Amino acid sequence: MKIIKNVNKSETTNEGGLHLSQAASIKWLSFPYIIWMIGFIILPLIVILYYGLTGKEDNFTLDNIALITDYKNWKSLLLALRLSVISTLICLLLAYPLALILRKSKMNSSSFIVLIIILPMWMNFLLRTIAWQNILEKTGILNSILRFFHLPALEIINTPAAIIIGMVYNFLPFMVLPIFNVLIKIDQNVINAARDLGANSFQTFLKIILPLSIPGVISGITMVFVPSLTTFVISTILGGSKVLLIGNVIEQQFRLGNWNAGSGLSLVLMVFVLLSMAIISKYDKESEGNSLW
Amino acid sequence: MMTDNKLINLINITKSYGDHVVLDNLNLYIRENEFLTLLGPSGCGKTTTLRIIGGFENPDSGQVIFEGKDITNLPPNKRQLNTVFQKYALFSHMTIAENIAFGLKIKKKSKAYIQDKIKYALKLVNLEGYENRMPDSLSGGQQQRIAIARAIVNEPKVLLLDEPLGALDLKLRQDMQYELIRLKNELGITFIYVTHDQEEALTMSDTIVVMNQGYIQQVGTPEQIYNEPKNAFVADFIGDSNIISATFVEDKLVNILGANFPCVDVGFGRNKPVDVVIRPEDIDLVKPEDGIITGRVTSLIFKGVHYEMEVMANGHEWLVHSTDLFPVGSQVGIKVDPFDIHIMNKPESEDEKAVQLEE
Repeated sequence: MKIIKNVNKSETTNEGGLHLSQAASIKWLSFPYIIWMIGFIILPLIVILYYGLTGKEDNFTLDNIALITDYKNWKSLLLALRLSVISTLICLLLAYPLALILRKSKMNSSSFIVLIIILPMWMNFLLRTIAWQNILEKTGILNSILRFFHLPALEIINTPAAIIIGMVYNFLPFMVLPIFNVLIKIDQNVINAARDLGANSFQTFLKIILPLSIPGVISGITMVFVPSLTTFVISTILGGSKVLLIGNVIEQQFRLGNWNAGSGLSLVLMVFVLLSMAIISKYDKESEGNSLW
Repeated sequence: MMTDNKLINLINITKSYGDHVVLDNLNLYIRENEFLTLLGPSGCGKTTTLRIIGGFENPDSGQVIFEGKDITNLPPNKRQLNTVFQKYALFSHMTIAENIAFGLKIKKKSKAYIQDKIKYALKLVNLEGYENRMPDSLSGGQQQRIAIARAIVNEPKVLLLDEPLGALDLKLRQDMQYELIRLKNELGITFIYVTHDQEEALTMSDTIVVMNQGYIQQVGTPEQIYNEPKNAFVADFIGDSNIISATFVEDKLVNILGANFPCVDVGFGRNKPVDVVIRPEDIDLVKPEDGIITGRVTSLIFKGVHYEMEVMANGHEWLVHSTDLFPVGSQVGIKVDPFDIHIMNKPESEDEKAVQLEE
């Protein structure tokens, strides 16, 4: 015990020494990044905060924030929340089994499948969404195929379903990759140990693989849910003007030159994003205990 | 104590990955309460053998018999044995107590029973009071003890240990060797142990199985393996030794590098090429006129218990361990007691290629 303690101590002091000697050079290296953060993250946030909390005559007001209580705005926020929760769940249900299969498959084929998953990401996001518009349109590819088989045409375009399809398609890789990354790091012997101690494959999944993969699931949810909640491109292209999400409402305000209203609603949306992040990370800590790596 | 009852029987086990044959028609039995060690260099098939017994690997052909029943196709969770893995493989999201309780909870044992077992197991591995710690906060040696505790609470008939001490430092490794012998005696179960460390194998085992390239080279007690290696591979793998090509002149006489040495072996024929093994501690350095052959000391290293010397004699570097000091450059005579010369047949058949030393 004594020996082990001493070893730990010497390691920490050693690390401390490293930090001191490298501190100066690291400071310089971080300089461009600090400028970037100030110029493109912090300043815009301050500008949004300023516009959101002021009226046309630069007077302080909460009217812009209060716009969310407007029935139309509130409805679009709830719809955005509902659609992004649904698409996140669909992504999770599609991605988890896929990540499990990838983990089990041999290294070569798994990297091939990963490549296929990220391949669409090499194409422009807008193009991919417009392609879906072509597929789902009234006279689009899907309905042409249905007509060929004398089946009734589907009216998917300009409905929430079309938006969910667009979200799932665009954001699925962001769910697969973090889950796959966590699963691939689980030592096969840990799984073998569970089997060895009497667990069948379902018990092994429930008690070992699933809890160990929670960090990946959490980051996957974050990476799908947040862009889904704030998107306006997918809903514009696939939802037409019939389905308005909060993102579309904000975009319209800015287009109309109403920066104050747009900023105010953006602040509200930001609060909702932060709230959902807080809920997720709280769940993360509860399920993980202090065993996070 | 070890009995003659065969607990596990491996019959004609063959396993290959692609073109690479890992195990070739392996036959081996393990007795009840035996401490059996599978010993060999990496890639010799020892871990694959263990994984086949544990159920993590299926043999291409052959049978695994456990207490008379064929368990070849049984999954690991249906086998009455438990494994201690090389890098502990603890469940990092569970406390020590939850780790140890894992197998018992699966078997739906009562809470009180599980609590008792956790206490008992932690006491057995000298880690009382660690119930609520997380695995990451423990040292390597402690994690290994927990891995052992987690396995033995399930009261397996056989404990499989896959290089369990490989990741520990030397001192800890030696302590854990005694710990494992104690555990084995207290539990009274069979241990099957895999290692590449010959010293570990000699210290702990009742039986050592020396393997190389998918074949069993020799099965025997540590004494048999050390003193009567069956072939040059075993001799070379177990401790330092002088392995020299020689000619078996007649019964009880062998010609080594041009000089006749009396020995005790008989029945190798007349003027037959053989390999002889002489352990460095069995070579006596004497005055040149008293030796069977003479040579010159070329190097000298103090090793604590003894001096390690190299003596150039008749065109061969003889490795010698002796408590007597002969300085570098001095002329010495070499003498070997007849019973310290061990004679082995040269490898003949295709299969015995595996026996040959890898240079």
